Amino acid sequence: MAKGGGGAMIGQVFSWLTDPAHWRDTALDTGITTQLLAHVRFSLIALGIASAIALPLGLFIGHTRRGTFLVAGANALRALPSVGLLVLLTVMIAPHFHGRTDIGYVIPTEIVLVLLAIPPILSNTYAGVDTVDPAVTDAARGMGMRGRQVLFDVELPCSLPLILSGLRSATLQVIATATIASFVPLGGLGRFIYDGLQQQDYPQMIGGGVLVAALAVTADLLLALLQRVTVSRGISGRFATKGDAPAGPIEGAITRVEVEAG
Amino acid sequence: MIAAADSPSSASSSPWHFFGYFMDHRSEDLGWLWTHAWLSVVPVIVGLLIALPLGWLSRRYGWLYPPMMSITGLLYTIPSIALFVLVPPLLGLSSLDPLQVPIALTVYSVALLVRVVADGLASVPDEVNQAATAIGYTRARRLFTVELPVAVPVIAAGLRVATVSNVSMVAIAGTIGLSNLGQLFQIGKDLSTPTAYYPPIVLGIVLCVLLALVLDSVILLLTRLATPWRRAVAAR
Repeated sequence: MAKGGGGAMIGQVFSWLTDPAHWRDTALDTGITTQLLAHVRFSLIALGIASAIALPLGLFIGHTRRGTFLVAGANALRALPSVGLLVLLTVMIAPHFHGRTDIGYVIPTEIVLVLLAIPPILSNTYAGVDTVDPAVTDAARGMGMRGRQVLFDVELPCSLPLILSGLRSATLQVIATATIASFVPLGGLGRFIYDGLQQQDYPQMIGGGVLVAALAVTADLLLALLQRVTVSRGISGRFATKGDAPAGPIEGAITRVEVEAG
Repeated sequence: MIAAADSPSSASSSPWHFFGYFMDHRSEDLGWLWTHAWLSVVPVIVGLLIALPLGWLSRRYGWLYPPMMSITGLLYTIPSIALFVLVPPLLGLSSLDPLQVPIALTVYSVALLVRVVADGLASVPDEVNQAATAIGYTRARRLFTVELPVAVPVIAAGLRVATVSNVSMVAIAGTIGLSNLGQLFQIGKDLSTPTAYYPPIVLGIVLCVLLALVLDSVILLLTRLATPWRRAVAAR
């Protein structure tokens, strides 16, 4: 494809995406529907495990102010190149599994995805609880609330905007890295990017890129909606005076550095 | 490449052999490290130059802030590998054009830094601005000699995020055939088909982490040099 062929390429990508044959599985090829579901499944599993670890841990550290070194340690993971980690773990683990299953590739991928999803959730949960106005928690204690009640009825709802922006940040990271899992090689939407590249089938490669981008944007919109529904209006109202967009993935990324530096 | 293919027979496949692997393929690895460093740094600098006026505009004209943040948030949402393959057709470049990765990374840096610049300028206390105006600073002079310097710590925090995540994203570009440290992961994967061959993979991770740490420290140091008053206040 020569320079200036952008317009023609967009047309070819469009016809690749809208061809119903590409969405169905055939004897030779896995269709878009199946790969999309696989991608979503890998991502949800990783986010579930990471939240189960990082949320309680972040709440505990923020509430008790003990173990803050764990937050800094988790943030150091950010410097690790995700592809490198993925290849390393795959090479380590995959040869131990034989046969027709792809479990040997699923396990290393899930480990990497969980490792990537933990830091944003952990540090945002910690930062959220840590930055709750001390006057508010004092008032809660003064009203006779116990530690557990303060945590779940006051600190948790107050820190929800930051916690959810951490979750959004983690979700994007996971969806992006699950794409690279196709490099090791595993199913998912990244399949189309790497297969398209190898076969020099650029409409397929770019179509894969469009699908991944669409999935990431959709997931982020759903989480933004969740944020709007769950965050108390008293809290989001206070946030709205500063600038009106709710805390999103960019804040999720930046909070991590502030936590690290502070 | 031939040397790389020969090495498993001649050298140990232990993960700790990465230094020996580095010595055997020094010139190639250093070349990749150099490209990797450039690809990580230049987009952030270009991104900052674009983000400064955009961030200032969205701070100066309040109605610009929400739409600007929605657009940059949306761009930041797109996974890097998808943006790499989407940039050429959208800009009319050929697929696998050498500019595709720097352009995509610049888009990310701009997306992140516009918000950081706007929030950094917003973090300047009102009294400081009023004092500058009261002693006769023009708007432009106030921006360059008061507001931007005071906003440096916030902007620097954003630069650190952008740079460190760039190092990781450049490695991802290596998996779609670009020459940088990501190539070491491709080589490691290709050499590991019968049994695991760790040295190039471990070397790639070590060099990426070192690069990220060095770049991060440079930004921290520059921030310190650019904000001498913070040390003066801390020392008092």
